[in-house]
Amino acid sequence: MAALICEVVYRGIFQKNLAARITRGIVLSARKSGRWGIAFGRYGDSPQRNGIPAKDFAIVADTKEELEQNMARYEPKHVDVTIAVDDTLSKGVESWAWYGLQPINRLTVPNGTLLMTSVQSFDSLLRDIHKKDAPYKLALLRAKASFSGLWVYKEDHTEVRILGALAKIAPSFLTLDGVCEAIKEIEWGSDLKVESVKKAYQRLESREVKLTEGNVEIPYSFEMPKWWEMREGVTIPAIPVGKPKEDGKGYVPERNPYFKKFTTRTMRPVIDFDTCVKCTLCWIQCPDSCFDVMPDGTYDANMEACCGCGVCEAVCPVEKCITMVNESVFDDNASQWEMWRNDKEGYKAWMTEKIGDKNATVRSHGFRFRGQYEQELEKNLDGGGVEITAGIPGENAQHKTI
Amino acid sequence: MAVVTPAAPAATEEDKELLISGSEAVAESLTLADIDVVTAYPIRPYDTVMQAIAKKISGGQLVAEYIVAEGEHSQFEIVKHASTVGARVFCGSSGVGWMYAMECLVVTPPLRVPMVALVGNRALDDPGAFGVEHNDALVVRDVGWLLCWIDTSQEALDTTLIAYRVAEDRRVFLPLAISADGAFLTHSQALTMVPPKSKVDRFLPRYDRGDLLLHPDNPITVAPQANEDWVIEIRRQNNEAMARAVTVIEEAYADFRRVFGRGPENPWFEEYMTDDADVILVGMGTISLPIKVAIRELRAKGKKVGLVRLRWFRPFPTEKLVAALSKAKALGIIDRDYSFGSPFGSGVVANEIRAALYNADRRPPLLSFICGLGGREVTLEDVYKAVDLCTAAAAAGKSDAKTHWLGVRE
Ligand code: SF4
Ligand code: SF4
Repeated sequence: MAALICEVVYRGIFQKNLAARITRGIVLSARKSGRWGIAFGRYGDSPQRNGIPAKDFAIVADTKEELEQNMARYEPKHVDVTIAVDDTLSKGVESWAWYGLQPINRLTVPNGTLLMTSVQSFDSLLRDIHKKDAPYKLALLRAKASFSGLWVYKEDHTEVRILGALAKIAPSFLTLDGVCEAIKEIEWGSDLKVESVKKAYQRLESREVKLTEGNVEIPYSFEMPKWWEMREGVTIPAIPVGKPKEDGKGYVPERNPYFKKFTTRTMRPVIDFDTCVKCTLCWIQCPDSCFDVMPDGTYDANMEACCGCGVCEAVCPVEKCITMVNESVFDDNASQWEMWRNDKEGYKAWMTEKIGDKNATVRSHGFRFRGQYEQELEKNLDGGGVEITAGIPGENAQHKTI
Repeated sequence: MAVVTPAAPAATEEDKELLISGSEAVAESLTLADIDVVTAYPIRPYDTVMQAIAKKISGGQLVAEYIVAEGEHSQFEIVKHASTVGARVFCGSSGVGWMYAMECLVVTPPLRVPMVALVGNRALDDPGAFGVEHNDALVVRDVGWLLCWIDTSQEALDTTLIAYRVAEDRRVFLPLAISADGAFLTHSQALTMVPPKSKVDRFLPRYDRGDLLLHPDNPITVAPQANEDWVIEIRRQNNEAMARAVTVIEEAYADFRRVFGRGPENPWFEEYMTDDADVILVGMGTISLPIKVAIRELRAKGKKVGLVRLRWFRPFPTEKLVAALSKAKALGIIDRDYSFGSPFGSGVVANEIRAALYNADRRPPLLSFICGLGGREVTLEDVYKAVDLCTAAAAAGKSDAKTHWLGVRE
């Protein structure tokens, strides 16, 4: 009697189809060795929103009864394997208001596995992944995050590579042969994908994570009100107006304390306050009202609130004044403006390093030139998925080539 | 993770096994039933069904009129009319979408239109929420709709075929709503056996509207204005059709078993470990899953608990249910619905069962529980708590006539 429970933590919309294929693939692969299974999306995640962390689950078990046993919880409370197909999720996930910040390894059982696609080192990832009160394994497939859209699918083989990795992690449920056989039959399978399964099986890197390792930050959490504490009439208080930043100058709006949104982000804006012309465009256009007005009239993107959409970069008229940079190269959500005020030279050096990093400034989703996908795909298949293409960020591309 | 490799269960020769959701299972059935007209208007979770049908049509497996209406009222009106000219029809909705169609829903039974609808059960907004509650489908419980609840993808597939067989039987000709809990059923994929068309053809005859067919060769008027001289007789006819549905449902399930080699002997409700049960819990839909798991745990500790999962709510299987329930020492009715201001503030199912038991020789103490509203997870702990209260009532020989809310933050 045994069961295998997997969760796929993914980016809403961008990875919806990818996550569904992975969980479906798990059940169909395990079926090859006679297992029963179910694949389901977490209902609370629908309708999906761009980038918001969401979850799919797959449960496979020896018997129907045992499958029921593990399905009795609407959302599994523990999983054998946590799968994340975007390594910026390592900072934790906040799926909706009142959910709090949940570590990526929160549901992973002791000695279970966190399987990620990433080009970062183990140590670099473990600076972000929260400490856990039990040891577990971190397994890495070398690949960039795979993003597509609601109606398009990026055929970069990530789904089958994950299945190949699972054959290594949980061979008693997913045999390599079983996965290959299932992939061949599945509606989106092919012989080429079977090859990718085998390569991923060989190339999976894995190491133990000790109790002492990981990000020591205590994630924020909320306690939901009792029924008699809630205001009647399906009514909630509005968010209060904000206040000046200091000495009556600037303006910092109040924000929803129960939903910070920053875990939605795969890239963040880095701002050059020295070249900012105070045109207000970023402040007006940011769909989430993330910009705080500073006493000197510049605008500081609040990193607790920013969901990383890139609109500010697109509208900013000044070359390299706002540059989107991959979330993985930042350690905290500290104010860029404060850093700049305290040490202008230091800030310039920091900023120059961040926006000068070709790997970190390539767009994590979407494409910047025709043929980019084909180039990436070729490299992915031959080299295990490490190739990074230098894209052209932002709408003002002609001014902002890197 | 022990290495155990049980053999895959052998599929019957002609059926094929697919990994599909409850919504996709319904679409498989509609394809097999070769429906003629389907109308759609999106609302979660029912929208997963309309998407699945659209895929069937675009994939060429099903040839049918697919009409996207401008709202639920028209959605149901269109199929109502299509059915009167002899088309096999399908539609569906959820929550407040179903409510928006209400004027059409209530006039469908007197016109004796065998429309089959899927209600993806959803809480009634506000607050805007997608989680399951049964109040949406239950709102038509008094007006002549046949109502049933399903539990698995397989049951979704099988019941959809049975639904056409029952609704389109000339003795019945009533609309039929299949209720599927949003989330577990509509949004999760399970291994499901899909029969071949040849078997379905042996089970499901063509829809023949006979003398009620709206056609130039059969000149009739449907739904003329009538004064008060005619209404109560029409209601009496409807009542008769509902009563006749009992036999038709039993025939349909027996035939289903004969043709497909699966399906329950008792169409009305599933009995799980009730034979020697002191406490019997009653519920509808996917709530059976945590209850069954809890029952297995409790049985391992020597507690005799069972479950009756009600499939059919209209017609209500009064005598059969009384026979099954009156032998217990206590009953716990778990409603995933509410009926504010009702007797004892209980849920709809609890009060129906109280009424059914009124003339019974043996009336076990009955406890009413309301839980899982708005898709709140029904936990094993909720079930244990219900069983504890029922066990105490069994020992005392009486219940406290209160309604217990489970799983509320308090
Ligand atoms: S990326 Fe810019 S525009 Fe988008 S949410 Fe963040 S600050 Fe606002
Ligand atoms: S859009 Fe650019 S230049 Fe304009 S205020 Fe924002 S950062 Fe400054």
